Amino acid sequence: MTETRPFIRLRGRSIMALVLTPEAPLPEWLAALDAQIERAPNFFDGRPVIADVGTLPREERDVAGLMLEIAARGIHIIGIEGAHPSWPGLEPWGRSLPGAGKAGKPIEIPESAAMPSRVAEPEPPPPPPLHSGPALAGQQSGPAHPEAPSLLVNHSVRSGQLIVFENGDITILGSVASGAEVVAGGSIHVYGALRGRAIAGLSGGAGARIYCSKLHAELVAIDGVYQTAEDMPPERIGSPSSAWLDGDQMRITPID
Amino acid sequence: MTRVLVVTSGKGGVGKTTSTAALGAALAQAGENVVVVDFDVGLRNLDLVMGAERRVVYDMINVIQGDAKLAQALIRDKRIDTLSLLPASQTRDKDSLTEEGVTKIIDQLREKFDWVICDSPAGIEKGAMMAMRHADVAVVVTNPEVSSVRDSDRIIGMLDSKTLKAERDERIDKHLLLTRYDPARAARGEMLKTEDVLEILSIPLLGIVPESVDVLNASNLGSPVTLSNPTSPAAKAYFDAARRLRGEQFDLIVPLERKSLMGRLFGRRVA
Repeated sequence: MTETRPFIRLRGRSIMALVLTPEAPLPEWLAALDAQIERAPNFFDGRPVIADVGTLPREERDVAGLMLEIAARGIHIIGIEGAHPSWPGLEPWGRSLPGAGKAGKPIEIPESAAMPSRVAEPEPPPPPPLHSGPALAGQQSGPAHPEAPSLLVNHSVRSGQLIVFENGDITILGSVASGAEVVAGGSIHVYGALRGRAIAGLSGGAGARIYCSKLHAELVAIDGVYQTAEDMPPERIGSPSSAWLDGDQMRITPID
Repeated sequence: MTRVLVVTSGKGGVGKTTSTAALGAALAQAGENVVVVDFDVGLRNLDLVMGAERRVVYDMINVIQGDAKLAQALIRDKRIDTLSLLPASQTRDKDSLTEEGVTKIIDQLREKFDWVICDSPAGIEKGAMMAMRHADVAVVVTNPEVSSVRDSDRIIGMLDSKTLKAERDERIDKHLLLTRYDPARAARGEMLKTEDVLEILSIPLLGIVPESVDVLNASNLGSPVTLSNPTSPAAKAYFDAARRLRGEQFDLIVPLERKSLMGRLFGRRVA
């Protein structure tokens, strides 16, 4: 008699997290953190944050208390790194993350809630409610229309490079080389030759499109539906084209 | 000011070591103080092409590990005294290269030489990364065929992200050296056109070196082609490339097929 084993699904996933590095003396650092939050109140909203406590001196008394202080400010801590094994009370934050690895580039916290396009955007504010009936002049709730997040890459993408932007469109001022990949939550616009892979509509956008000045793509995909170079219409190769979904079918048509 | 130049490609067998030797010799003949450094630990070839294989006592790994001083490992060329070689180890592998060790060596070499030319191994692993790490200038050697071009593109991406200069947000000058160019095949459309390669890679062209039996002969003689056969078309291309590296600007002549009378009688011979 055969036994069926439970099926366990395991996937790899990578996300972009901010790394916050508290520095001694802590009261001053917390005050500086509060000042930053005041200048840019939505900066930390919904962003996963890792606390790197590795620069704190070993004799630091109350790292557990520090972590509670950070969390109390609404910062969503998903992990801790650099913790010394002798520090008590850090169990709620999980085990110290393995090896710091490459230090990322420092990110400047902007003055207002407007985000630099390279960093993952928080959710845009909801659109104002629709008024039926006569428009009420002078009554505005919220901004006129939400800012659509988008990533601008103003150079060519070289072979082996991977550009991922889950929260919106990606625009490339340059070419995408064979062996490179561009992955977007929204649409992809390539002002150059697309020779690599373009994967659009990751955020469930069947309406996402892929545009390029010269189609030599190895693969295009929109909302999970993909087409390889072999199946692309031959008359489009080398010409300005746009790929879009017509139901479940990938269509590639001219841009003129 | 010393310039550290890396000769790299991604793809193997396209002409990095040949070009390192030829360019190094050409620059030295122009009066510059040049050292060529072999980064291909475990598969060293630069010493063979330079004709120094019977004089290798110490190598770069010995210097990194403190077994020898840099001066003991450097081998001066017998033909041009402004040209020296720092060989790689044949018995170790790239894991013996350390960032710290390589940095110290490059810093010391900067004090003695005008040009430090780093011959990169093929690939994108540690050896290749170490070779490009300290570069001010890069020569990307490419054959006009699709796999070489794609690999070169990858390497260019790494030059823009993995070098010290890139990490300091400074631009590293990259030059394309098209090698093993066969004019007859190009005329028949059997090789990628130069313009296509340039369009894909988008870096300035340093030179076009024709496919040449002179290069093979030079390797076997243990001499850079610019020394053993300076009037050959390949050597002329390297001399021109060296002049461009030194800042001269002049038009590039695409090698054409030249047939001698014998060539016409007895079949095609490559330029």
